[in-house]
Amino acid sequence: MRLIVSAAALLAMALSLGAREPMGVADDVILSDGLPRNLADYGFFKDAAGWKPNDRVVAYQLNMPLFTDYADKYRFIYVPEGQQAKVNGDGLLEFPIGSALIKSFGYEIEGRPRLLETRVLLHRTDGWLALPYVWNDDQSAATLKVAGKRIPVTFTDPSGEKQTISYAVPNKNQCKECHSLSDAVTPIGPKARNLDDGIQLANLAAHGIIGQAPKVAYPMPVWRNTGTGSLDHRARAYLDANCAHCHNANGSASNSSLFLTYEENIPVRFGIEKRPVAAGRGAGNHDFSIAPGDPDRSIMIYRLKSLDPGIAMPEVGRSMVHTEGVELLSRWIAEMQ
Amino acid sequence: MIRTLLVATALCLSAPTLAKTITIDAGADAQERIQEALILAEPGDVVALGAGRFDLTDGLSLDVDNVTVIGAGMDQTVLNFAGQLGAGEGLLVTSDHVVLRDFAIEDSKGDGIKSKGADNIVYYQLRVEWTRGPHPENGAYAIYPVESKNVLVDSVTTIGSSDAGIYVGQSENIIVRNSVAKFNVAGIEIENSVGADVYNNIAVNNTGGILVFDLPNIPKQGGREVRVFDNIVVDNNTPNFAPEGNIVAEVPTGMGIMVMSHYEVEVFDNIIAENGTGNILIVSYSKGQDDPNYNPKPIDIRIFENKHGRAGYKPAFPGGEQLKAAFGGAVPPIIEDGTGENILIGEDVAILTLGLTTPGQSLSEAKPALSQGATEPFDGRQLKPIILPQAMEDAVK
Repeated sequence: MRLIVSAAALLAMALSLGAREPMGVADDVILSDGLPRNLADYGFFKDAAGWKPNDRVVAYQLNMPLFTDYADKYRFIYVPEGQQAKVNGDGLLEFPIGSALIKSFGYEIEGRPRLLETRVLLHRTDGWLALPYVWNDDQSAATLKVAGKRIPVTFTDPSGEKQTISYAVPNKNQCKECHSLSDAVTPIGPKARNLDDGIQLANLAAHGIIGQAPKVAYPMPVWRNTGTGSLDHRARAYLDANCAHCHNANGSASNSSLFLTYEENIPVRFGIEKRPVAAGRGAGNHDFSIAPGDPDRSIMIYRLKSLDPGIAMPEVGRSMVHTEGVELLSRWIAEMQ
Repeated sequence: MIRTLLVATALCLSAPTLAKTITIDAGADAQERIQEALILAEPGDVVALGAGRFDLTDGLSLDVDNVTVIGAGMDQTVLNFAGQLGAGEGLLVTSDHVVLRDFAIEDSKGDGIKSKGADNIVYYQLRVEWTRGPHPENGAYAIYPVESKNVLVDSVTTIGSSDAGIYVGQSENIIVRNSVAKFNVAGIEIENSVGADVYNNIAVNNTGGILVFDLPNIPKQGGREVRVFDNIVVDNNTPNFAPEGNIVAEVPTGMGIMVMSHYEVEVFDNIIAENGTGNILIVSYSKGQDDPNYNPKPIDIRIFENKHGRAGYKPAFPGGEQLKAAFGGAVPPIIEDGTGENILIGEDVAILTLGLTTPGQSLSEAKPALSQGATEPFDGRQLKPIILPQAMEDAVK
C-alpha cells in the first residue's frame, strides 16, 4: 500500500516538475488543508532555485525591516488572479483568501547569494498558516521543516567582519509566536506605512496587488536611508518593526504590558520609567525599560545587547547583536530629558 | 488534477483521526523529534517521553489544544536545557486543555515552563530545577502560567528559580497544591490574579515562602480572592538572589508569607516558622506609580488559625536590628505597614505595625508599635473554594 502511494507521489512530482513551467501559482496548494512538503509545490517561483517570481508574485521591501542576524531577505506578495488586497489606512493590507506572503532568507557567501530558508504565510479559508522551508545544499529545492532547524553559517557582516553563527530557522510554533494577534496567525510587515517609500505602493498598484496607491498619513522612516525621519520616528519605527509584533496588547508579550507599536502614545506603555513585570534576570539589575537619558541603565538596551537566551530580546531569530539598532535606540534614549 | 494528487500525498493534518500516542525515546536529535511531535500532534493525542535524559538545543513549544505530554516520572524523564541556544523558556504552551505530567525540566536559560493564554492547563508531578542551586543567573520562573483561566499546579517540585518557583500571573481560577518550592527567591507567587487556592504546599529554604501581590501598570490588575491555607512555610532564609529591578528583589530575606496591595486574601491553618524576618508581612506597593486604575493598598485581609514558630530573629529590612533589640531579641512574627484597610488578624502572637499612613511613605517615617489584633480567635473564612472543571481534576487522578 505504501509503495503504491509513494509511486503515485513520485509520478505526480515528475508530472508536476515537467509541467510547471507554463503554469502559474498553484492556488489549490495554497488553499489545501495539508502541509505541502516542498516549496516548489506552490509554484511561487519559475525556477527551482527560488529566485524568479512567477506571475502575480511581486517583490517588495519594507521601510523598516526586522533584524535577523544580518540575513538578506527577499520578500514577495502573491494575490490570486482577479483579486486585490484592500488598503486599510496606514495599517496592514487586507489580503483576500488564497493570498500568500513569501520571504526567503540568505547570505552572500563567497560572493554569491545563498538561500537558507523560505518562509511562507498562506491565507487559507480558516486563517493564516505560517510554514518554514529549508533549502538543500545545492540550492535546488526547499523542504518543509515544521520543527525548524539550526544551520551553521559564516558570512561577512556590514562592518566587514567575518561572523560564524548558528542560524535558527524558526519552527512552526515560533512563526506563530511573532505572527500572532489574539492567538490567530497574522502577517506583520506589509502595513501601508511600512511600504510607503514613495514608489512602492504605486508599483504594487501597477501589478494589481492593490487598487490605487493610498495616501499614507505617517509613513515609516526608511532604515537603509538614514536621512529619513527624525530620531524619535526612526527609533519608534525600529521598535515597531522589531518588537511590536509581540509587544502589543494582543501579542505574545501582552502580559509584559510593554507595548512598542508605532501608535502607542502613553510613555509608560512604550517603556519610559516602566518597571519590569516578569523580566527575571532580563532586567539586568535595572529599574526601567527606558531610563530617560541613560541608555546604559535601560532594560531595553541591556536586552538588545545580550546574546544569552534568558535575557536576549527578541527571543526568536537573533543570535547576534544588531549594533546599528542598539546605536539608534541608545541615542534616542540618551537624548530624552 | 496533478496538484490534487500532490496535496493528497502531502501530510493531511486537519482530517479528524483517532487519538493516538506518539512515543519519543531519549537519544540523538531530541530537539527535532520532540518539537516535531508537539507540532504534528492532534487534539486528543498523547506525546509520551521515554525515560532518560533528552538534551535540547532550543526551547520547545506546544500550540495544539487538548494534548497530554507525559514522561516516565519527574526523576526518570529529564529534559535538559544546559545547551539551549534560543527561546525564553524551556517549554512554552499556548493552547488550551493541555496536561503536562511526570517529567523534569533542568537548567533552562530563561523560564522553565511557561503557559500563556493557555486555559484549563494542568501541571502535575513535574520537577523544574536549576541544578546549581540558588544563582542570580538562573531562570526567573520554574512553573509560569500567565493570562490563563483555570490553572491547576499539583505535586510539582521547583528548585532554584531566580524569581518564583511557581508563579501564576494575570490569571483566574487557580489551584496550587501538594507542591514543593525550595531554594527559589519566591517559593510560590500569585500575582495580579483573581481567585486562587494555595494549599498543602511546602515552601522551604526560599527567600520568601508564599507571595500574594498586585502590581501597577499591568493590563490585568485588581488581584483578589486568594486563599493560602494548610501550607508549611518554614525556614525561608536563603539570601535574596533576584536580579535588582524585579519586584521580588524587594522581598526581605527570611519572609514566610507576604501580601502586597491586594483585595480579599485569607491566610489560615498554615504552619509558619523559622523565618528570620517574619512569618507574615502585609504591605502596600511602595514604589512610585501614577496608575489611576491601581489600588496600592492591602484591603480585606484575614489572618487566622495559623501555627507560628520562631520568627523575626534576623530581620532583613532597614531598622530591623533596632526593632529586634527593642522587642527583646525578635521582631513580632506578623508585621503590617499600617496602610491597609480592614486587616483582620486573629492570632495569638504579637503583631507589629509600622504606623505608616500612605502607600509609598518612607520607612524613616515609620512609627513602629505593637498592634492589637482581634481580641479573640475568629473564623475568617468567607471566600468560596476554587472549583476547576472536572476534566482537570480527572487528569490528576
